[in-house]
Amino acid sequence: MADALRIKLTGRGILVLVFGFLYLPIAVLVLLSFNESGLPTSWSGFSLRWYVSLAGNSDILHAAWNTLVVAVVATLIATVLGTMLAIGMETRKRRSTPLEALAFSPMVIPDIVLAVALLTLFSRLNVTMGLHTIIISHVIFDLAFVCSVVRARLKNFDFSIVEASRDLGASSFTTFWRVTFPVLLPAIVAGALLAFTLSVDEFIIAFFTAGAGRASITLPMQIYSMIRFGVTPEINALATLVMGVSATVLLISQWLNKEQMTR
Amino acid sequence: MSSQTARSNLMALPAIAWLGLFMIVPCLIVFAYAFLTRGLYGGVEYTLTSENFARVFDPLYAKIFLTSVRIAGLATLFAILIAYPAAYAICLAPKRMQPILLFFAVLPFWSNYLIRTYAWIVLLNREGLINNLLRWLGYDGEPLSLLYSEGAVIVGLVYNYLPFVILAIYSSLSRLNGDLIEASRDLGAGRVRTFLRVTLPLTMPGVAAGGVFIFVLSIGNFVTPALLGGGRFQMIGNLVYDQFLTANDWPFGAALGMVLIAVMIGLLLLQARASARFSGETAEAKHG
Repeated sequence: MADALRIKLTGRGILVLVFGFLYLPIAVLVLLSFNESGLPTSWSGFSLRWYVSLAGNSDILHAAWNTLVVAVVATLIATVLGTMLAIGMETRKRRSTPLEALAFSPMVIPDIVLAVALLTLFSRLNVTMGLHTIIISHVIFDLAFVCSVVRARLKNFDFSIVEASRDLGASSFTTFWRVTFPVLLPAIVAGALLAFTLSVDEFIIAFFTAGAGRASITLPMQIYSMIRFGVTPEINALATLVMGVSATVLLISQWLNKEQMTR
Repeated sequence: MSSQTARSNLMALPAIAWLGLFMIVPCLIVFAYAFLTRGLYGGVEYTLTSENFARVFDPLYAKIFLTSVRIAGLATLFAILIAYPAAYAICLAPKRMQPILLFFAVLPFWSNYLIRTYAWIVLLNREGLINNLLRWLGYDGEPLSLLYSEGAVIVGLVYNYLPFVILAIYSSLSRLNGDLIEASRDLGAGRVRTFLRVTLPLTMPGVAAGGVFIFVLSIGNFVTPALLGGGRFQMIGNLVYDQFLTANDWPFGAALGMVLIAVMIGLLLLQARASARFSGETAEAKHG
């Protein structure tokens, strides 16, 4: 039994170390964002001044607004397309390998390659780049993630309730809206929330497809230029806010997904 | 084609069209660019050439390629060495705790990549937390230049992609058939031998999936080398970036991008074969 106890304690120790490694750097940022002096050298007291100075920084507010527009529109399009793709794939009689590969590839393709490919496409077509081209590009990976979340739900879906509905005389349209859709809804929302955070955080593809100038700069692009410029206390506050939003959205997404799995 | 299949295809069509138009077509254009000649002012000339691919193997670029492989390889190795015990420890936790632990292990992965990289600048720079900690502990020499080194790039990559490697290995470990371990122990194999001969081979698919993932993302990365390597460590991702945004040699950038895609496809195929082989062995072990 001493052996079992030793294994258990080793396991706990490893978990503490790994979670420490994963969360300490983030915790340091959060803590520094509330540091009066803003410097990592010393703690000079709790202060919200860096948050206040963020609120007065018009560059950041502009970038935050752009990010919101991109993420909301891309998520809406991707949720519709991704859900339809998931239903299309799961109701097929046979798995189609090319289709599986197509739905999988946006999740694995190196983002630098997708970024330069989109830049090439848009400049070939002489499209003026801006928020709309970022949105088009973000839909690509957003829809793949929505699709994979909705498909996971469809795998546990009892298709006999669809048959029952049809047998009882409901049209396929009514059946979809009254039977299939309500069952899928939590997964669709969970997928949409995941897509939203991915879009809010995405940097490389946005960077390549935003076009020249500051007009369509997004928050990650703003953060990137701030980091390159040097460590400023404002980034800590911004980073804390961005991570707080992401974590909240993801927690809701996870909770929705779990609710439906246990139902 | 049955009407059901037709309806399924119709549902999938808008997404297929989107991906075809904005992912497949651009990738094909880049593929074509890789065989064209560089024109003036960032344009291309329609003269076919294989010179762009030949340049990839030019000693100057081959060196960057090897640096990328080395950095990505080391990041992969360290990530697996940390993720395996972590995934194992999660498996040892009580059943109802496991999904929670897993969720919090993966959570950072979904949050902002730039911010997670920036956190390491705060920790590693000369005025940073680690140097301050050392000074506080009594060290009074020159502050250590931890940032802008190959080590910093590797730490950044491991930190950013570790959650996914843990997830991949966990999913293999948690599906492991406990009977096999018990059988091995009953037959007199020690703990270490059982791990090396039974557990490790059976969880290789997870290790391979996580390993391929971090390797592919690391080798094509340009943010981490730019921020933590301080531009001193060029990797293929940075080279692609430069060709498109500063050097204006799109055909060469395209060729480099295609090499990245080729590496990715090659590794994914290898991984698929490896997991097919290992799961074949599992099936045999169950029936044999």
